[in-house]
Amino acid sequence: MTFIRSTFRHPALPKNDLGYTVDYYEGSLSTLCAGCGHDSINAAIVEACWEMNIEPHKVAKLSGIGCSSKSPAYFLSNSHGFNSVHGRMPSVATGANLANRDLIYFGVSGDGDSASIGMGQFVHVVRRNLNMVYLVMNNGCYGLTKGQDSATADAGSKNKSGHENLFEAIDLAGLAIELGATFVAQSFSGDKQQLVPLLKAAMKHNGFALLNVISPCVTFNNNVGSTKSYDYVREHVELTGTVDFVPISKEILTSYEAGSIQELTMHDGSQIHLHKLQKNWDPTSRSSAISAIHAAREKNEILTGLLFIDENSKDLHSLLDTSDRPLNSLGKDVLCPGTARLAELNAQLR
Amino acid sequence: MKVNDFVVRFANVNGTGSASANALFTKAVFRMGVPVTPKNIFPSNIQGLPTWYEVRVSEKGHLGRREGVDLMVAVNPQSMRKDYADVVPGGYFVFDSSKPLHPSYKREDIIHIGIPMTELCNANYSDARQRQLFKNIVYIGALVSLFQIDFGAIEELIESQFKGKEKLIEPNIKALKMGETWVKENFDGEFEMRVERRDLLGDKILYGGNSACALGAIYAGATVAAWYPITPSTSVVDAFSKYCAKYRVDPDSGKNNYAIVQAEDELAAIGMVMGASWNGARAFTATSGPGVSLMNEFLGLGYFAEVPTVLIDVQRTGPSTGMPTRTQQSDILLAAYASHGDTKHPLLFPASPKECFEMTALAFDLTEQLQTPVIVMTDLDLGMNDHVTEPLEWDDSREYVRGKVLTSAQLDAIAKGSINGRRTGSPALPGRDGSDETAGEPLQQFRGKFGRYLDIDDDGIPYRTIPGTHLTLGAYTTRGSSRDEYAAYTEDGDAYRRNVDRLARKWDTAKELVPSPIFLNAENAGDGVIFFGTSTYAAIEALELLKEEGIHLDAMRPRAFPFGRAFREFVDSHERIFVIEQNRDSQFRSLMMIELGVDPSKLISVLNYDGMPITADNIIRQVKKAR
Repeated sequence: MTFIRSTFRHPALPKNDLGYTVDYYEGSLSTLCAGCGHDSINAAIVEACWEMNIEPHKVAKLSGIGCSSKSPAYFLSNSHGFNSVHGRMPSVATGANLANRDLIYFGVSGDGDSASIGMGQFVHVVRRNLNMVYLVMNNGCYGLTKGQDSATADAGSKNKSGHENLFEAIDLAGLAIELGATFVAQSFSGDKQQLVPLLKAAMKHNGFALLNVISPCVTFNNNVGSTKSYDYVREHVELTGTVDFVPISKEILTSYEAGSIQELTMHDGSQIHLHKLQKNWDPTSRSSAISAIHAAREKNEILTGLLFIDENSKDLHSLLDTSDRPLNSLGKDVLCPGTARLAELNAQLR
Repeated sequence: MKVNDFVVRFANVNGTGSASANALFTKAVFRMGVPVTPKNIFPSNIQGLPTWYEVRVSEKGHLGRREGVDLMVAVNPQSMRKDYADVVPGGYFVFDSSKPLHPSYKREDIIHIGIPMTELCNANYSDARQRQLFKNIVYIGALVSLFQIDFGAIEELIESQFKGKEKLIEPNIKALKMGETWVKENFDGEFEMRVERRDLLGDKILYGGNSACALGAIYAGATVAAWYPITPSTSVVDAFSKYCAKYRVDPDSGKNNYAIVQAEDELAAIGMVMGASWNGARAFTATSGPGVSLMNEFLGLGYFAEVPTVLIDVQRTGPSTGMPTRTQQSDILLAAYASHGDTKHPLLFPASPKECFEMTALAFDLTEQLQTPVIVMTDLDLGMNDHVTEPLEWDDSREYVRGKVLTSAQLDAIAKGSINGRRTGSPALPGRDGSDETAGEPLQQFRGKFGRYLDIDDDGIPYRTIPGTHLTLGAYTTRGSSRDEYAAYTEDGDAYRRNVDRLARKWDTAKELVPSPIFLNAENAGDGVIFFGTSTYAAIEALELLKEEGIHLDAMRPRAFPFGRAFREFVDSHERIFVIEQNRDSQFRSLMMIELGVDPSKLISVLNYDGMPITADNIIRQVKKAR
């Protein structure tokens, strides 16, 4: 990180369809450590939103507590943010989403926030298929309290002081698929090329989209023996395939060799073009995705890319059959039954 | 002859269908224009344990519980020995005489009325479940005859109860008649109690507090409810759900103008409420003491991050799991100061279902005006029992008071100030009550830049924006961490202190906004007495009875916390004050000592904490003892 940010912007900076340059999507200056994986992810979010022509005021950023949860301050400063309490972001996001179904909900969490203190809420927000992007910046340790192991640290992984983690890791991506998640992707903070299209697809998904992003902690968990260090992750990443996101408004220009890509259609008609590298794996099959994850784990590989998608996903609003108009826009005329109804009720209670 | 003044208790086994039969008795008395108060005394169990239903009939309109049972309907062998002992001398013991009573039941100071309920049902019904259910109706029929209740009134009730299931009307009436006829033909003793038709109720209604809270939320425009099941608050959301199905389904699209989520726990329930409120919807949750304990973390966030939240606390007997199905007023301190750090929360204390309706609706206005959680402090007695209460009222011209929420145009006007660097014509700010009249100086006070935590109006209440309002203006981050006036994170001690001092100013504003106390008997002479919530019925009865004995007490019924000026004046103008409350540790009294610095020696506690609603007799005993 740098404490001095240049205010100079090149006059020829390209603008997106809304007329904004990319800096309009940036946040305030990051206070994370220099080299923190989280800052790379934040940069990917800025890029994805700019390229997608997202109106920042139509995004709500929500987080819990931890290094990761500080992140929403560092992207989209023109969006509202809610830095809530530890492990409770899913519930706040659920309420916010119920109040206004028209915004994009960006939840940012960490491995402590999601896999330990917030496990209960994580599990249930998956079940409810809340329409949101749920981004876990996963570094296997508690950064803000100086490096304790988290529940996603692999058994046998060593921390900075050489201490070996004794306990099995919780695999958030695998767990989410088990729980019925409708969009599960895994990535690495150092792979922006993969992260940006995944973020775009996640934003367009009509339901709960988990992005479990391995994001090394340079200060407390980047040592030899750690399975979440930059070096280890780079060596063990196994791509499921490469992903292109094609928004509905764009004409599909790229031509692919027949049979080399799998086209997945999103709720609004956008497409994901998946160049599969893994054989015997079908991202629309829950069991196939789970097998792929298990197979990778046995080989100590970190599987990245879009692991699973349910193209027919129905989000919480569809399940509850709520009004198409956002609930927060309904006025007294619609909501209050009025005195005549009250008189009827009084009569029934006599 | 006791006319319209007695207590009947039904001793049943829970899960046997007695509840609806017993309610018929209450409703019949109500329909005859006589004040009546039922109390469910039930176990934390679904089937097989003792449950009681106690009905007090009071010509004088005393709606609290009264000690002593004048007539016991004892159909539960498990509790029969105690039930037998509970009948007052001169009272009546109604039992199922299909089997003879054990010879040890030989009190001579009471009258035994044996009715062969099982025999009658076995002879008339073949279905086992019907045989069970109609036993309850048989004894109601017997009481109709004994008390000379209008048969027509009860027939009408059965007809309306089974509307849509007409097949059930005939067998019910048959059972009712069986009981009635049996008494007429077989009971030849003296029966010295009677219900006589009166016109003492006017247009009053018979309604429960939990339903009333739910309806209040409907009328106030709540669209999001999140909750976790817990007795005795569950029926708040059950009722909300029922009313939503009735009033909130869009007639054109068939879609729901509401969302109800059964959360994974109380933490999530209140988190959802805060998320929804932050995003501009009206939202609420309902819980009881154990749930409030879990919600402490979020209540602290709501206070410090200034997020509207409506919480309905239907209090039960604590601590821990306590007695889940018994009543108490024992969450006062927990709710008032919920969470770590310097926190406090406005509380509302309804004393009747009508007030449950009004105060829940008011809570939505207050929480948005004050941008802080507001807790409605009801209890099991109020929530889960029916009460005779004034009819519900609503004013169609009433607008929802949404507080200081900036619109897109207002944000533009603020920004304009910065471009021109001078005062500009701008729309008026929404004032504290949402009208333009009370608006402070207009938007120029922001001096060109929206500041979420600026105290523009000097009342401690800042202006907020809802996500999605404006393309480029008004965005900020809500957080539980310290921040400056422009919502930027800071660990600067001065900025922190300015912020919490502003929250203290907001607390002072709250004192003016919450409902003021009700004063009764005010002669400004002698001792004072303070009571709130469900202690009110018994307290008012006690005041009347004490007056008959020449003891006068000035009374105040607080309806909210924080305490305002009128509250303090009452305290200051009395040498000695009795504080009636239903907990062991005199929590309300403590609150007065903490907040007003009242000399503890002038506050005398009158307490009840056995899980049953407080009675007038109990209050009188304690007052006399202390005098």
